Amino acid sequence: MTAAATHESFLEYRRFRWLKLGIGLSILSLLPFFVMAPPAGHNGGTWLGYTLGTIGALLILWLMWLGIRKRRYGPGNWSLKGWLSAHVYLGLALIVVATLHTGFEFGWNIHTLAYALMILVILSGIAGLFVYVRVPTLMTGNRRSQSLDAMAEQIVEIDGEAANVALGLSDEFADLVRMSQNETRIGGSFRRIVTARDPNCGTARAIARARDLARNLDPRTAQRAAELVQTLGRKQELVQRARRDLRYKALMDLWLYIHVPLSFALLITLTAHIIAVFFYWG
Amino acid sequence: MTERYEVAILGSGPAGLSAGARAAQRGMKHIVLERHDIYAQTIQRYQKGKYVMATPDNLPLRSDISFAAGSREEILGIWGEQAEAAGVNLRYGANVQAIEGEKGNFRVTLQGGDVVEAANLVLAIGDQGELRKVGVPGDDLPHVQYQLDDPEAFENETIVVIGGGDSAIENAVALARQNRVYIAYRRPEWARAKAGNITAVEKANQGDNLDILFSTSPEKIETGKIVMRTPEGSREIACHRVIARLGGIPPRGFLERCGIRFPADKNARIPELSLTYETNVPGLYVIGAPAGAAVIKQCMNQGYEVIETISGNPVEPADEPVLAEKLAGLPGRPPVSEALELIRQQLPLFDELTTLQLREFLLDSEAHLLFAGEPVARTSGKAGTILLIGDGVVQLDLTDKRGATQTVTRTTGDFIGDVGFTSGQRRISNVKAATDCVLIEMARRSVVKLLASSPKARDIFERTVVIRQLQDSLSGELTEQDLGPLLDTAEVKRFAVGDALIKEGATDDKSIYFIRSGSVTISSHADGKETVFGVEPAGSLVGEMALLYDRPRTATVTAAIDTEALKIDGSVFKPFLDARPDLRTKIDQAVHDRVLRGVAYQQDPWRGAVADFLVGEGIGEATNALLIDEALCVRCDNCEKACAETHEGIARLDREAGPTFRNLHVPISCRHCENPHCMADCPPNALNRDEKGEVWIDNTCIGCGNCAANCPYGVIRMAVPGPKKPGLLQWLLFGRGPGPGEDEALLKMKKVDKDGKELPKFAKKCDLCRGVKGGPACVRACPTGAAIRVNPADYFQSMGGRS
Ligand SMILES: Cc1cc2nc3c(=O)[nH]c(=O)nc-3n(C[C@H](O)[C@H](O)[C@H](O)COP(=O)(O)OP(=O)(O)OC[C@H]3O[C@@H](n4cnc5c(N)ncnc54)[C@H](O)[C@@H]3O)c2cc1C
Ligand code: HEM
Ligand code: HEM
Ligand code: SF4
Ligand code: SF4
Ligand code: SF4
Repeated sequence: MTAAATHESFLEYRRFRWLKLGIGLSILSLLPFFVMAPPAGHNGGTWLGYTLGTIGALLILWLMWLGIRKRRYGPGNWSLKGWLSAHVYLGLALIVVATLHTGFEFGWNIHTLAYALMILVILSGIAGLFVYVRVPTLMTGNRRSQSLDAMAEQIVEIDGEAANVALGLSDEFADLVRMSQNETRIGGSFRRIVTARDPNCGTARAIARARDLARNLDPRTAQRAAELVQTLGRKQELVQRARRDLRYKALMDLWLYIHVPLSFALLITLTAHIIAVFFYWG
Repeated sequence: MTERYEVAILGSGPAGLSAGARAAQRGMKHIVLERHDIYAQTIQRYQKGKYVMATPDNLPLRSDISFAAGSREEILGIWGEQAEAAGVNLRYGANVQAIEGEKGNFRVTLQGGDVVEAANLVLAIGDQGELRKVGVPGDDLPHVQYQLDDPEAFENETIVVIGGGDSAIENAVALARQNRVYIAYRRPEWARAKAGNITAVEKANQGDNLDILFSTSPEKIETGKIVMRTPEGSREIACHRVIARLGGIPPRGFLERCGIRFPADKNARIPELSLTYETNVPGLYVIGAPAGAAVIKQCMNQGYEVIETISGNPVEPADEPVLAEKLAGLPGRPPVSEALELIRQQLPLFDELTTLQLREFLLDSEAHLLFAGEPVARTSGKAGTILLIGDGVVQLDLTDKRGATQTVTRTTGDFIGDVGFTSGQRRISNVKAATDCVLIEMARRSVVKLLASSPKARDIFERTVVIRQLQDSLSGELTEQDLGPLLDTAEVKRFAVGDALIKEGATDDKSIYFIRSGSVTISSHADGKETVFGVEPAGSLVGEMALLYDRPRTATVTAAIDTEALKIDGSVFKPFLDARPDLRTKIDQAVHDRVLRGVAYQQDPWRGAVADFLVGEGIGEATNALLIDEALCVRCDNCEKACAETHEGIARLDREAGPTFRNLHVPISCRHCENPHCMADCPPNALNRDEKGEVWIDNTCIGCGNCAANCPYGVIRMAVPGPKKPGLLQWLLFGRGPGPGEDEALLKMKKVDKDGKELPKFAKKCDLCRGVKGGPACVRACPTGAAIRVNPADYFQSMGGRS
């Protein structure tokens, strides 16, 4: 009952059970590799090679099964956290298992292509892991307990304030406020989302222009202008936070668009590899 | 000129109409007197389009007028037609002022002076009574009204609503959507309204259209304005309309003036009645709501029966065959009336009930006969029923929250199953009959009604529950006798959120508190601020340190939510403990555990801050809350998808919404409150609570939306279930259907059936994935471990445990 009374990350799931098992699997693969010395040297064709290859292939199938598991919500004592924990650690152990299988025999062939793809999938997995560990906290910090909608609302509010402040200034300032209103975009193109930058940001330009215009004004107007710069500055800060929020969300989603297609490519080449070796063999 | 009738029926509600129809059918010279200009005033006043229920389902209807569940309009239409067709002699505008005379020769005086004479009188005047007037000059001006049928009928007006009950608040909030509204209440704060309504009106108060005026009462009303007495002096408000919702004057006074006798208890609402509804005045009958009939069907049956009785053809009550069947299992198969007497004798909970009431309660119950050794199983399929032991001994295993199990017995007159009613700390298992037993299984709603209608039943129930709670928290070996001295001197104290039970530094106060429901925070004052270092749930004992170690209070104990505690005087508790060294040791240990937890909190000040945050969010009243660690949450929303996929396509949590403190996020999802606000007034009682604490809605929901309005945490959604989707592989491989999760586009669309009629919406909320292997899908489907569902008490404990 009290088992889950606190948060426990997938990495530490059941006191690192899958880390231990992953290490165990790696050692188990390494031992025979060093103990045995097949006459023709190590390669995928020895019985050890076959064994490791089979383990590797099964592991890959199982790792890909996560995509199905994640979307099967039916009853049962499964926990996706446990699955992901196993996915990560066994996925890493795959480096050892598969590499030993190859006996370090690489060349420009379909076999090595499969291997290379596997390494890419794993590398993307590691990248994703970094994202998963790092970005959630950044996102929370950036939000400051404010939802994206709330930020948007506040931006509209500030726009109103800015328009008010500009009332006491020349029309040029009012134009700037309008520019900031109409030409500030949050999100948009892939690039803008991922970099959280808009080189053409209306608010940024408005601030720069306003500072330019504010030179040599009478004291009262100058104070007003400074007030406008400050208001736009507050908006800029919010806009920037909203952009960062989108960026973080994108980072957490995007890497999977590399990880998953690559695993499908791996699946195809792996099938080709296995057919190929049986073909030559037969 | 006066007219003479064989029977005059006062009131044309369901009871009066049915009586009138029966009298017409029998060819009796009769009259039905209705004070309004339309029949069935109470039903006419239901809100527009209300879905009227026809419970209890198993009670047959016996009336010349038909009635089945349906909309208010349908039902009233049918009644009107059938009453006319049957030849009911209805007289409108006949407001009965007084009754005199005796059987064979009653004189009924109407407002205006008319007199009606009748041999028998049937009072079917309902229990709504007369609406209370404001009672100041001008309270009957045309712009002053005492009810509100359709708030949407008014627009852009300034309206003053007077009153602080639920109807006043509901009206004010609804009116504020398109009007400028003031709500004036004579007290300084809300005292009578439901939590949900209070939240709603406080929220509306933040907006521009509604103002709450506390401690304000009307002085006089004039055309176009009202003058009010406020703490700051007189205030005049120009307004288009004054709506006073001050409740009704109960009809007891009127009945007493007619010479009808009531039981001694001055709160009793039901007069002394014979089984045929005759009062102490021969020939004068009372039926319907004032005779204890709670629902329309019972009223109509009584109308029929009373006329049969008057015409010399007494009939057995309509529920007789149903009860006979229910009670058929009793040893010796006694006739119903004897069986009822027997049950009343054996079960003190039923002591105070009239036979009518008892019949009604049993109609909603099941009697079981069990042989020694047989396991006790509930038949209703709904947990949360109460099993009353009519005869015999039942044996059960109790497991406390530490996992220790103890076997206890309950005997004749006792009951089991109270856990669903209280904080749910205990688990019951292996219930079996130790001897041959007669058990009566009562539905939760009947128990609630029983406790509300019989003070004695409530006292017995409360006392028993307190004893069991104390046994839980102290020791199961303590008997009622052992606990007697504590109970007899204990005081039940209620604390609102933020009230202090104990103040740090106090030296004169040596009482201990047993938390019955709610929870408390423990905090101390240092460096100019209050730091929370513990949260104690229901079932805990607090305040024992000052007593045991004879020292001033070391900490402040504050109600984290509305809390009920049993205050036990130190001078009683001390000798009680001194006589029981084992118990004393146990309590010392518990103190040590708590001090250690306190240390962990003090080491890491933000734990206290987190506890403070959670308590502030009302988590103290939850038995199971969804908490997300945002440092782990990758915002994949798989939790929401899992919930939607396993619950008719509608997610019962909103991951993103809800407050966040540091990394801890409390999403919008049911917390399975200890005392669920949502259950407060569900007409069909579709909300249930299991022994494990799950609060869930069954398929009897009628979509009225009360629960959603009453839940202070906004977790209940009114929605039309989504259509079935193609399977997962079809989506993965061929892109069929919208994929896992809630199909927002579809949910937003207005749902209509084949004929273009809008589909009804029903209340949907988290059911804690009740009965699903593996438990909450949202938690299982979270890839990173960010989402957990926990009992906050455990969570607070573990916050203190990790150092
Ligand atoms: C909001 C609400 C919702 C309800 N929903 C349901 C439901 O869904 N299903 C259900 O079964 N029950 C429901 N009930 C209960 C049901 O309305 C009552 O049980 C039923 O109306 C009682 O019938 P009655 O004939 O005793 O009295 P009433 O229906 O109250 O009728 C009494 C009549 O007597 C008249 N009268 C009173 N005093 C005098 C007098 N001095 N002289 C002349 N005439 C007088 C009144 O004007 C009225 O027309 C609900 C009640 C309320 C308040
Ligand atoms: C059922 C599973 C597998 C079987 C039966 C199998 C079989 C073989 C055989 C027989 C060889 C030796 C071929 C030769 O020497 O010409 C081989 C080599 C190799 N295998 Fe596998 N294999 C399997 C899985 C895998 C996996 C999972 C990978 C990695 C993704 C992999 C990558 C390689 C590579 C890189 C070589 C070396 C190719 C070379 O010699 O040029 N194999 N495999
Ligand atoms: C060859 C090896 C691997 C394969 C074939 C593989 C395949 C997959 C697949 C199919 C998914 C499901 C994605 C989805 O449907 O949303 C997935 C998710 C994931 N993988 Fe891998 N993976 C491999 C190795 C790894 C490794 C080594 C890591 C980490 C070190 C990793 C980390 C993850 C993570 C973090 C997810 C996301 C889980 C989620 O958010 O639900 N993977 N992988
Ligand atoms: S719906 Fe859930 S959170 Fe809301 S009152 Fe009911 S039990 Fe509490
Ligand atoms: S416990 Fe079940 S019903 Fe409740 S939110 Fe989670 S998945 Fe939905
Ligand atoms: S499933 Fe877990 S990680 Fe994904 S959104 Fe829900 S809580 Fe966050």
